[in-house]
Amino acid sequence: MSRTGTDSQQLHALSGAYALNALDPGERDAFERHLERCALCTQDVREFSATAARLGSAVALPAPPGMRRTVLARIDGVRQQPPARRSIVALRRRALPLALAACLAGALALGGAALREHEQAQRTAIALQDLTAVLSAPDARTVTTRPGSGMTGKVVVSASRDRAAFVSSGLPAAPAGRTYQLWFADGSVMRQAGLVRADGATVLTGPVGRATAVGLTLEPSGGSEQPTSPPLMLLALGL
Amino acid sequence: MELVARGDQDAFAALYDVIAGPVHGIVVKVLRDRAQSEEVAQEVLIEVWRQAPRYRPDKGGVMTWVLTIAHRRAVDRVRSAQAATAREQDTASREHARPYDEVSEQVEIRLESEQVRRCVRGLTDLQRQAVNLAYYGGLTYREVAETLNTPLPTVKTRLRDGLIRLRDCMGVTA
Repeated sequence: MSRTGTDSQQLHALSGAYALNALDPGERDAFERHLERCALCTQDVREFSATAARLGSAVALPAPPGMRRTVLARIDGVRQQPPARRSIVALRRRALPLALAACLAGALALGGAALREHEQAQRTAIALQDLTAVLSAPDARTVTTRPGSGMTGKVVVSASRDRAAFVSSGLPAAPAGRTYQLWFADGSVMRQAGLVRADGATVLTGPVGRATAVGLTLEPSGGSEQPTSPPLMLLALGL
Repeated sequence: MELVARGDQDAFAALYDVIAGPVHGIVVKVLRDRAQSEEVAQEVLIEVWRQAPRYRPDKGGVMTWVLTIAHRRAVDRVRSAQAATAREQDTASREHARPYDEVSEQVEIRLESEQVRRCVRGLTDLQRQAVNLAYYGGLTYREVAETLNTPLPTVKTRLRDGLIRLRDCMGVTA
């Protein structure tokens, strides 16, 4: 085997150590140069980094109280880096769904405050997976409504995944004893699609199926079998 | 994330709620010093804000990106502290700044995710020790090799094998 081949093989074997940040700086640089030319290594590193991130998420701890306020205050004075040039197209294409994913997770984190922490983390992770599946679908479409009153509602729907997500912005807290509930409209029949626990994003329960619209109503706590009030918003899916 | 990348601080606040716990957790795990951890966790979160426009969705998910930054920053902090200690003490035990027992005790951790726990249990002893020491202990693979008294090439492959096994067990498709 040629010397280059051997070197390359040896470098390739470092993909695990690289993804775990376990290389010395010199080796890290050498491996990164190798990475630019090695599609297989790139795939390995991508998957190993995602695997390592799961190890990281598994040791999540509640953030120290007060850190949120400190960090949010500190970013105010921090200038962001300009985007790397060739990434702009990719960012634009995928960006909306990712922003929504952040919203959802935020909403879940708040909504689940009463749950035990790891349960909450697991729920968040599962819901985030569902949401990511909807939002990252190649055929994800967004339907938006602006019903006035400063509140915006969006539905992201993916026909290929047969799932939809509802995203609100400025949704006021539900009155005591009441909850927001989502519905799929199969023609004139309303099908339960889950509760909205907080302003933000929620994956609708159940498949989109032949639904023609998604509706939001205010229901007694725990939700209803059928809507008991006129929809606050109704978003035609236009399929 | 695009909103964050465009400087939307409300969007960053929503992102914060998702990532702060995992970021804080991994930093504490690697640094094991609560006071320093909060400082480093804050730096990481601000770094996420700063680098958001550079996030490349085609290279992986947001959480992976964030935790990669967090882990690297925590590891850098540990290593620079080790280097400083070594300089001060002028000792030859630089690579051994932390004995195995101390590290291994710290990395035999309570994993919050049943799936991750199960998958980690599915590793061979050597794979598990190597991955734990490297990831949670923040050791370089050279340090792992010395700590486990195992040849360097073996550690290199065990880290890789271990990650492959974890990846397949967790169903990671990135």
